Amino acid sequence: MKLKHTAMAGTLESSDIMVTIEPKDTGGIALDLTSSVMQQFGRQIEAVIRDTLSGLGVENAAVIAVDKGALDCTVRARVSAAALRAAGQEEFNWEVRR
Amino acid sequence: MEKRYVKDRLRRSMMFVPGNNPGMIADARIYGADSIMFDLEDSVALTEKDAARFLVHNALKTLHFGKKEIVVRINDLSGGLGVRDLEAIVPAGVHVVRLPKTDSAQDVIDCEREIARIEEKHGIPVGATGMMAAIESANGVLNAKEIAHASGRLIGIALGAEDYVTDLKTTRSDGIELLFARSMILNAARSAGIAALDTVYSDVNNEEGFLAEVELIRKLGFDGKSVINPRQIQPLHRAFIPKEKDLQKAYAVMDAIAEANARGSGVASLNGKMIDRPVVLRAQRLIALAEADKMTEEA
Repeated sequence: MKLKHTAMAGTLESSDIMVTIEPKDTGGIALDLTSSVMQQFGRQIEAVIRDTLSGLGVENAAVIAVDKGALDCTVRARVSAAALRAAGQEEFNWEVRR
Repeated sequence: MEKRYVKDRLRRSMMFVPGNNPGMIADARIYGADSIMFDLEDSVALTEKDAARFLVHNALKTLHFGKKEIVVRINDLSGGLGVRDLEAIVPAGVHVVRLPKTDSAQDVIDCEREIARIEEKHGIPVGATGMMAAIESANGVLNAKEIAHASGRLIGIALGAEDYVTDLKTTRSDGIELLFARSMILNAARSAGIAALDTVYSDVNNEEGFLAEVELIRKLGFDGKSVINPRQIQPLHRAFIPKEKDLQKAYAVMDAIAEANARGSGVASLNGKMIDRPVVLRAQRLIALAEADKMTEEA
């Protein structure tokens, strides 16, 4: 997925995460994560963000994530929405529940 | 074919949950509603439709909602948003799709065609996903019977009163303005053998008004109604629980029938009165409702 501009998704409400994605040409994924549950779940949230971006084929980007206790499924949803907005893409290849 | 939905089940309450609110989505199952309805339509701003679609898709795929029925209200199909919603939620395993602003049988047929196309694309058995149609206009009310019969996937039809009263050039008041629509929808649903579901009561602070409306729709014969606040769920359920003395009478009817059958007699009587078929059907329905309520409590 080719990112074209900076985009954001999510809110700062409880149980949500606000994700901002800025396109970069090189340098991999530079992640700046702050979380209200950093001690307990910081690593897990980071892994979910990186895994989601990798699944979308995003290789280089600056990502700022401000987490307010989001579940994994919310983290995935917000990262995906921000990435698609950054790519200016509306179509998405939805996967079936197994 | 394995269906994701159950046609005939307890649907006293369908709780609306805004589709772009992760906190409410995560908590939705704890309030005891019979059905949870994630909303991609009116509660989601136009600029957030894409984000809500991701949120609801991922929630459907990963969160556990027990035995609750999971409904998603999509946007209508006219502007392209509704089809995008279906693309996201059908593969995620939604039980029932709620189509808003249903004016004709053709609206249901068009929606069903899209669902079938998406099921086929993902290798899901065609017909696995259920549907319900919300009627929100004078046209829709007048076409209620055709709408209710338009698809075998339909589990029910519902009244959406806010748009409807606007279309009628009136406002919501004591319920007199909805009498015709409710009667049409109820009779259309029964003629198709599906559920009749009432509209929301939006003044959440007026419990007396809410209970009066619940009593009215229960007497009319509705299966349940949509709620917008968890506080409305328990009073609604209480109103639908059969009264103990009615339940005892229903068991007595069934005992008398069983006794007559054991005697090889086709005619049963209770307290000197013959029990005819409608009495048996009402007794069976009352017992089923009480048992379903007990099972929900235990779950």
